[in-house]
Amino acid sequence: MAEPEPTTAAAAPAPGRLRNAFGGVLCAFTLLLIGVLAFSIRLFSVIKYESVIHEFDPYFNFRVTQFLSKNGIYEFWNWFDDRTWYPLGRVIGGTVYPGLTLTAGSIWWLVNALNIPLSVETVCVFTAPIFSANASWATYLLTKEAKGTGAGLMAAAILAMVPSYISRSVAGSYDNEAVAIFALVFTFYLYLKTLNTGSLFYATLNALSYFYMVCSWGGYTFIINLIPMHVLLCIVTGRYSSRLYIAYAPLVILGTLLAALVPVVGFNAVLTSEHFASFLVFIILHVVAFVYYIKGLLTPRLFKVAMTLVITVGLAVCFAVVAVLVALVASSPTKGWSGRSLSLLDPTYASKYIPIIASVSEHQPPTWPSYFMDINVLAFLVPAGIISCFLPLSDASSFMVLYLVTAVYFSGVMVRLMLVLAPAACILSGIALSSAFDVLTRSMKFQLSKVFNDGSAVSGDSIAEGSTASNDTKGSSTSTVNTNSAKIENRTEKSEKPSKKNRKKDREVTGSVPVKPKKEKRLSVLPLEASVVGTLLLIVLGGFYVVHCVWAAAEAYSAPSIVLTSRSREGLHVFDDFREAYAWLSHNTDVDDKVASWWDYGYQTTAMANRTVIVDNNTWNNTHIATVGTAMSSPEKAAWEIFDSLDVKYVLVVFGGLVGYPSDDINKFLWMVRIGGGEFPHIKEPDYLRDGQYRVDSQATPTMLNCLMYKLCYYRFVETDGKGFDRVRGYEIGKKHFKLTHFEEVFTTHHWMVRIYKLKPQKNRIRGKLKKLKSSSKTSSTLAAGRKKNPWQ
Amino acid sequence: MAPPPRLAALLLLLLAGASASAVRADLVISRADRKVDLTSHIVRVLTSLKVENVVSEPVSKVLLAFPNIQAKNLAAIRAFGTEGKVKGPSVVLPIETVQPSGVPPELTFFSVSLHKPLQKGKILHLDVLTVFTHSLQPFPEEITQAESQLVVFQDSSHYLSPYPVKVQTLSIRLPGGRVESYTKYANTKLVDSELKYGPFEDLPPFSYSPVIVHFENNNPFAVAKELVREIEISHWGNVQITEHYNIAHGGARLKGEFSRIDYQSRPYVRGVSSFRHLIARLPPTAHSICYRDEIGNISTSHLWSDSKKTQLEIEPRFPLFGGWQTTFTIGYGLPLQDFVFTSDGKRFLNITFGSPVEEILIEKLIVKVVLPEGSKDIDVSVPFPTKQWQEVKYSHLDIAGRPVLVLEKPDVIPEHNLHFQVYYKFSNISLLIEPMMLITGFFLLFVACIAYMHTDMSISKNSPSYLAKLQWDEVQATVQQIQSIFGQCLAVHDKLEVSLHDLSRTGDTKSCKAARKAADAQFKELAKELKPLLISLQSSTQSYQIWPKVEDLVAKEREMQEKLMARHSTVVDSFEKKLRGQDIENRIASQQQKITVLRQEVESLLEYLSEI
Repeated sequence: MAEPEPTTAAAAPAPGRLRNAFGGVLCAFTLLLIGVLAFSIRLFSVIKYESVIHEFDPYFNFRVTQFLSKNGIYEFWNWFDDRTWYPLGRVIGGTVYPGLTLTAGSIWWLVNALNIPLSVETVCVFTAPIFSANASWATYLLTKEAKGTGAGLMAAAILAMVPSYISRSVAGSYDNEAVAIFALVFTFYLYLKTLNTGSLFYATLNALSYFYMVCSWGGYTFIINLIPMHVLLCIVTGRYSSRLYIAYAPLVILGTLLAALVPVVGFNAVLTSEHFASFLVFIILHVVAFVYYIKGLLTPRLFKVAMTLVITVGLAVCFAVVAVLVALVASSPTKGWSGRSLSLLDPTYASKYIPIIASVSEHQPPTWPSYFMDINVLAFLVPAGIISCFLPLSDASSFMVLYLVTAVYFSGVMVRLMLVLAPAACILSGIALSSAFDVLTRSMKFQLSKVFNDGSAVSGDSIAEGSTASNDTKGSSTSTVNTNSAKIENRTEKSEKPSKKNRKKDREVTGSVPVKPKKEKRLSVLPLEASVVGTLLLIVLGGFYVVHCVWAAAEAYSAPSIVLTSRSREGLHVFDDFREAYAWLSHNTDVDDKVASWWDYGYQTTAMANRTVIVDNNTWNNTHIATVGTAMSSPEKAAWEIFDSLDVKYVLVVFGGLVGYPSDDINKFLWMVRIGGGEFPHIKEPDYLRDGQYRVDSQATPTMLNCLMYKLCYYRFVETDGKGFDRVRGYEIGKKHFKLTHFEEVFTTHHWMVRIYKLKPQKNRIRGKLKKLKSSSKTSSTLAAGRKKNPWQ
Repeated sequence: MAPPPRLAALLLLLLAGASASAVRADLVISRADRKVDLTSHIVRVLTSLKVENVVSEPVSKVLLAFPNIQAKNLAAIRAFGTEGKVKGPSVVLPIETVQPSGVPPELTFFSVSLHKPLQKGKILHLDVLTVFTHSLQPFPEEITQAESQLVVFQDSSHYLSPYPVKVQTLSIRLPGGRVESYTKYANTKLVDSELKYGPFEDLPPFSYSPVIVHFENNNPFAVAKELVREIEISHWGNVQITEHYNIAHGGARLKGEFSRIDYQSRPYVRGVSSFRHLIARLPPTAHSICYRDEIGNISTSHLWSDSKKTQLEIEPRFPLFGGWQTTFTIGYGLPLQDFVFTSDGKRFLNITFGSPVEEILIEKLIVKVVLPEGSKDIDVSVPFPTKQWQEVKYSHLDIAGRPVLVLEKPDVIPEHNLHFQVYYKFSNISLLIEPMMLITGFFLLFVACIAYMHTDMSISKNSPSYLAKLQWDEVQATVQQIQSIFGQCLAVHDKLEVSLHDLSRTGDTKSCKAARKAADAQFKELAKELKPLLISLQSSTQSYQIWPKVEDLVAKEREMQEKLMARHSTVVDSFEKKLRGQDIENRIASQQQKITVLRQEVESLLEYLSEI
């Protein structure tokens, strides 16, 4: 052992500080690796496919980012997009959540300012992985606030690879959620940090972070309802403190002001019901603060009197405010709630009233397997995490529990909100795993030291239980133990010598004291075998989780959905039909041509083909979508009239029958009928169903077999195999040979997945025939009368 | 079906008025054989001339004449000549446009300069290769998917020349397939897709007789509206070439619908005029080849490579019918040492000018040579005239930017695929600028971090927060000292325990008492050390959170100390009274329990303190 320092005071704390420093470095390094993990696990899509934007919404975000990077921020705020929702257009600047776009735009700007020539597309593709790394760091901070560093690291590692979050943030999935989850977790962290420290600095940061969240995602309402709930919980359970006030009051004031700056939110931040809970709690918090203030001023007896007074007045004021709010809210038809929020509170709302929201698959309630798929073993660890949160219940841990409970409810309503559950599940699982490992390793250490001490006692050695020997057993061979114990023996023999020498040696011993207490912290230790087995089982569990996550990242969630692949005996087969069609549109049609398709493909058409579309995924105008739905479900001539009235030149349909691509337009067709029928009553769903069944084979209804969608999908399909066998539906189609009179095929992709038709120009009218034509059009198309807006008529 | 013979009519008019002054008498073409190749959409005419000097003075220039209508489509002209009776190794002869006096303005003249003047009676074998673009007019201009593409070619059956021609022939190679019609003269033969005119004998200068061939040509009419080739040199060992194509099908336009089922079931009947792939021949050392467009990779391509070449078959996203367009980008890397060389202090790039794609007509080719940052004295030598200018490009971490040499040329055909050279000066040290910049940047970042961690950034030394921080540091130091003292106390406790163990083994009460005495002394000393620390801690305003814990700790420790002493004395006492081990155990059992509990409490308090 090294010679101790001659000075008495300085020597002792040095090892502890070193240990802390080492721990700090280790922690930072682990966090760095977690960030790398979070980033790289999301690159499967780039490696297996290519660096490309995925799916539908990301294409819109990408297009907006391109616009932003080309035209600058002011043009962006004023952007009126005339290439979509023709002829209405869309005010993009005022209707998007700009957080993601601005983030990627500024990354692009920064990178290009450093003369690193990354394209906007590259930046967009990698924004999501970068922000997942940020999100896992934010999770570390959040969990650390609640339960310490160990739990924080565990939670960060779990979040870095949770499949639910991966599904929304693989490279290329350039969507709001990727950034929003980071903002969500970081806002919660800052809230807890403020709650724990009571610092106004963090409170201000919290408001800014909330602002970023408002910019990023409509899910910010979750924050502005969850935090008031927690504040209320704290007040009810008697945990009111000035820190709580500092954590909440600035957030409401600053946050609401900042939120109102975002054009898409604007005055909604004070006008809609989603935000009212926060104001109500704000009032309650003030009342409570006032009560506490009075309590400090007055004697107990006086206080009782004052209390009743204040409570009555406070309640009266509260009721007055609530009454005003209720009156305001009740005056609006949807009670001040947006459709999506309402469908959260009443899961059956959307399917009853808004078919557009219900038609989106990610707005459906999840199935049980999707829980297992998306959060895997975390579902089993979460209850343990809740218990661990209750062991010493603090403000922070009660927040975690509250977050989890609400997130579980929301995820049960919409698959999409599984994403909000994921961080909560990760944090609580991290806490659970961390405390489980804590208990197990502690008891292992304790039992091991006991074993070694017993052994030494048997051999006749007389080392006290508390000697340093047990410390060094960790990871070292028994020989070092023997030498160490020998040394200590020597020392104890000499211990009768003068006190000065003694003290030196004592100091040597004290150096290792801080490690020791852990093993005897609690008397509730487990047997050695149990703890070893437990640790191993937990590691195996973690291993399963990792394997599942990697599988999910590599197989389940890496497909960009615009490129499909299938493995066959000859190798990989690529279905690149969507881009084939979009490339054809963009190069071989006039730049101002209008393309009609079902709204799913609107964003992709504007972004990839740069053509004007009638409807897109923004679904802001139900009537417009219903018009397209009506056209698709009408017979050819009526459809031609509708499309012609909208200046449509090309109609695009997605057809999977040849290669067996299930999410094609025929499978979505009933939604078109429903949405169309919702606005135009002459379209009736039963007309398309045979005995309540949707089918396109020979049993199908004539309305179905004559509608435009059927004809465009199956035009000349029978010539492929002679029978017209549809591989998605698994039967032969009903009407096989027919001709198109008002449309002509202009392009069909290699696997027939996208078919593009052109509206034939109107025939020259011969004078004598004019009257006849007019009358026939009136009788044949019932639509002309029922249609609401048709400038052509 | 016959195309309007406007060209022919015009020329006939013209030639009737061709003034005698334009006729040259110095040379006679004793034999002219023309071979016209119409198999692709680029028309290549190889004219073999046997030129004889018939005047006394030597002639150093041979004139070639083309009607303007042809000349404006002329993409390349090259002449090779040998002198003598038999054909020997030929040399390339320089050609320039001239405007001799007295010639009709409807004709364009080129003059071939001979390396040495042709003496009287000598014979010169002159091979002239002319390549024309846009000379095949689709007729009809719009066809349906099932029809094949018919084109019209117009020329003269007589060789248009300012010299008299003694014997001449014309043979036109057609791509095979249907021949709709052709101008028939007396000695016209169509054998196996080869159309022969002639021989014609003793024709005067400027004789012209129009020939029109209307035939089927379904070869890909690949026309690049614009091609931007970017050649980027990196002295780290790579020449990166990126080519942006905007390709169109230049043939007859598709009318009516495109039916995939027709195309798929019988692609060579329904869709015969379309093309679905192009072949690019890259250098054999090409690597990292990519093929994409603005919306992502294009997955339909094939690559073969052997030691001679790398062949890339690129298939656009969709088959190209007449009038359809598409864009794509191909990129590949080449090893630096194969393309950049040094000669007398200068480096030069030696690389082909045109596109590697076969049989493609490029209407506008822009070649950008991006030289490394810091290149100087840029100079270029191209074997044909081009428009040139310089730009600056900013790429990875550039400060001054990279000089870019831009060459632009219209109507580029495979014949222009010649090597050109770009000379520049570049020192290898400039290579290290960017790595050094990065190293310095990160170094400064870390230094700044270190400096930040070690400096006091607070603005005011009197601000409450700063004072509070100072006090807090003080408190922390004190707490650490207190901790160490308690650590020592615990160690002393351990020592007492050890002495008790010894006692139980050896029964030596004396040494045990001595240990006790020493421990007492140590305890006193430690207590003395502790006192000022406690006082300072209590007086500090920042310690309100810790103080109760510390107080608790002190009390607990004292209690434990007392208990321990009591137990010690009990044990020693009992030993002196020679009690049995069992009895001693019984006597101290309760004390032992209390001590363990206290010890745990003390240790947990210490741990709490250490976590602050």
